[in-house]
Amino acid sequence: MVGGSITAFLLLCALISLFWTPGEVYGISIATRFLPVSAQHWLGTDQFGRDILSLLMAGTQNSITVGVVAVSIGLFAGVGLGLLASARRGWTEELIMRFSDFSFAFPAILSAIMITAILGPGGVNSIIAIGIYNVPVFARLTRGSANAIWTREYVMAARASGKGKFRITIEHILPNILSILIVQATIQFAIAILAEAALSYLGLGTQPPHPSWGRMLNEAQTLMFFQPMQAVYPGGAIALAVFGLNLLGDGLRDVLDPRLSRKR
Amino acid sequence: MSVFFAKRFMTLLATLLGASIVIFIVMEILPGDPALVILGVEATDEAIALLTTELGLDRPALERYFDWIFGILQGDLGNSYAYKVPVWELVEGALKITVPLAILSMILSVALALVVGLYAAANHNKASDISLMGISQLGISIPNFWLAVLLILYFAVNLRWFPAGGFPGWDEGFWVCIKALILPAVALATVQGAILARITRSSVLEVFREDFVRTARAKGLSQRSTLWLHVLRNSMIPVITVMGLQFANLLAGTVIVENVFHMPGLGSTVLKAINNRDTIVVENVVLMLAAMVVVTNFIVDILYAVIDPRLKAHDI
Amino acid sequence: MALLDVENLDVSLSTAMGPARAVRGLNISLEKGETLGIVGESGCGKSMTALALMGLLPDNGTTEGTISLQGEDLLLKSEKEMCKIRGNRMAMIFQEPMTSLNPVHTVGRQIMEPLRLHRGLSKSEAFKETIGLMERVGIPNPSERVHNYPHQLSGGQRQRVMIALALSCSPDILIADEPTTALDVTIQDQILELIQNLVDEEGMALILISHDLGVIAENTEKVAVMYGGAVVESGPTDQIFGNLAHPYTQGLFAAMPKLGMGRNGRLTTIPGTVPDLINLPAGCTFTDRCPLATDECGTTAPSISTVEAGHKVTCHHIDQAINGRGEGLYK
Repeated sequence: MVGGSITAFLLLCALISLFWTPGEVYGISIATRFLPVSAQHWLGTDQFGRDILSLLMAGTQNSITVGVVAVSIGLFAGVGLGLLASARRGWTEELIMRFSDFSFAFPAILSAIMITAILGPGGVNSIIAIGIYNVPVFARLTRGSANAIWTREYVMAARASGKGKFRITIEHILPNILSILIVQATIQFAIAILAEAALSYLGLGTQPPHPSWGRMLNEAQTLMFFQPMQAVYPGGAIALAVFGLNLLGDGLRDVLDPRLSRKR
Repeated sequence: MSVFFAKRFMTLLATLLGASIVIFIVMEILPGDPALVILGVEATDEAIALLTTELGLDRPALERYFDWIFGILQGDLGNSYAYKVPVWELVEGALKITVPLAILSMILSVALALVVGLYAAANHNKASDISLMGISQLGISIPNFWLAVLLILYFAVNLRWFPAGGFPGWDEGFWVCIKALILPAVALATVQGAILARITRSSVLEVFREDFVRTARAKGLSQRSTLWLHVLRNSMIPVITVMGLQFANLLAGTVIVENVFHMPGLGSTVLKAINNRDTIVVENVVLMLAAMVVVTNFIVDILYAVIDPRLKAHDI
Repeated sequence: MALLDVENLDVSLSTAMGPARAVRGLNISLEKGETLGIVGESGCGKSMTALALMGLLPDNGTTEGTISLQGEDLLLKSEKEMCKIRGNRMAMIFQEPMTSLNPVHTVGRQIMEPLRLHRGLSKSEAFKETIGLMERVGIPNPSERVHNYPHQLSGGQRQRVMIALALSCSPDILIADEPTTALDVTIQDQILELIQNLVDEEGMALILISHDLGVIAENTEKVAVMYGGAVVESGPTDQIFGNLAHPYTQGLFAAMPKLGMGRNGRLTTIPGTVPDLINLPAGCTFTDRCPLATDECGTTAPSISTVEAGHKVTCHHIDQAINGRGEGLYK
């Protein structure tokens, strides 16, 4: 419940910021730099005179975009590979699984660093990098849960009635593993936001002047000794988003898969 | 027993070999000619060709790969393209920061996880359990680099207990160095510890439902002795599994947190090398990181066998 | 004063659907060296009775009544005092020897534990004692087996380890909850014989819990038949088996496969299922399944009546039940 409302709140922030923000996000005005908290600037302004609250709101858009795109890449490619592995078995499965096992030795952010190193820094590239990391995560999960469904009686019955593997996958396998995938997607969404923030913080992700929580933190760090609060806000926003999504994931698991929640 | 070790060790070597191939291929695809980057855009084609030959980059990829691998086996990591010094010299100092940092944060996170996890499990469904789990959920959500910034703000800037960044070097004395590592280690350990604490708690609660716990209680052991003598060891298996899996993330976190503290560890080494297209340095550092992950998981596998005698029998 | 006196024991478990009354108004009395069998289907409350006696009910369980061991009420004891009784004056053997032993400790260490805890033996004394115990329960080669882990032993040997464990402090009462159910048929008799011999040698009282009437008939002096959390028939084993009274006991007896039944002989079953312990029926809990049930059974709970000395039955239609035994109540 709490997770859902936090997530809804962030979505709302992103939506509002598309049309309206309390202050300027892109414009630079030296005259208004480092303004303290006031009625006009609830959280003050940064070194370029931009309203911090507006930046945070606009940063929501960025994080949500990253999450949606990166998780979609992972979902489409990963679920496809996982279903293929599960339907074909044999060497196809072996190949796909060995490959995804292997990519687990490289942590999310490290592989993202390497991939952005190849593709060059930038918002789009960092999203692709995080998306690619998501592929083996979903591939493994899909294959594991799909294999369990393949052994069920109703799938046996479908096979006995002469349905093809492709049709069975669409009609029986996918609908049955959907809830597990949705829960995992929520969790990966949170991880994607964290990873993007880390990459932007290192200067490998979103480039100026587009607002991003990670980069705000990076910019604030140089000023940390005399403008400490500027470093506190964007991190708090990241933590809130991740916290909300994790809670949402837990909540969804309870609703969609009561068996799992009882075991916990 | 020896069969068990041999098998695990072979897996370790195979994984490392696979990792080296992937890393090499990735770096081959990486756009940007090292010679061009070193000499700058104004360099003549001849100069670039000369340097390419000098660095040995004109030789076929396969030959360079085997040179690299056989070099590593003989303890030679090759020479940096950008700085023309042995890679080991560039990396040695960085390793002396990153490895102790990773170990220190690992120890801290395990200590945190055990204390919090066991306490919460022992007070299952009481207020202290519920609030600890709420806090740990929050802990998981905090980006470690932000926590690092907050720790600097409070403990280094406000209280002045610890240095805000940099690393004095081990020649300056052991405690000075540990003091410099404490804040980054805490930043890393909090997130890891929060994850592990949750696993510890649920694993302990799970084991408490086992039949042998009832046997222990029927012997006359108190709840507390049962926890220490019978539950703890059995519940450590999932904890260690996650610990192994999380180690890769811990290392990645180290790369970022080092950056927050301006420490010249492996993180800054690899970022600098990527910018310089110093491929050989990148290859070696990434392989080192992969090796640390693989070795950690090897240790985890051995710990399994130490904890659970059934696994040994299973594998032989 | 009896060794063990249980009076009006009630056990209820709080569940999401409301409290489940696992045991109701249980009365048991046990003298030194006496053997008592508790028999019934799964879910009749026999295991909960055992756990209540040991003070090891799950966290959601509560007890009422008295359980007095040599005059001391165990339900009034603190957890710390109970720890001194468990494994020392009262010991228990469980159904699953595989899961009831800790997989990560050697069996020797597990047997040594109560010896060191209750008898304060040193490590080497406890070790010597452990080997002696293992020998006594018939584990071959104990000085080697003592270093084995549970998974390295067979099911029968594991149960012998459990028995050695229970025996270690020479308890006054041994509770065996389905000790042979998880074992191969050939080993079941050996284990029961072992328990029987050890009980005789030590002069322990035994509470043997089983769903198997045959096991109870051969190994106990007294019997209590439980149904839906309450005792429906109790008395000396010989008398009960000589004069089956309660329709439920007759049903259990009829459901036992008998030798020489031939391939055409069909097993008799009691129709229906055990009552819902959360929503217990108003009258006799066996009403739904009883071939003799009348309107009275559904509304009023039957009182205890005595058939012969010591043979007590809780039923409205005892005479009818005894008279109908010849043709069999269940068809």
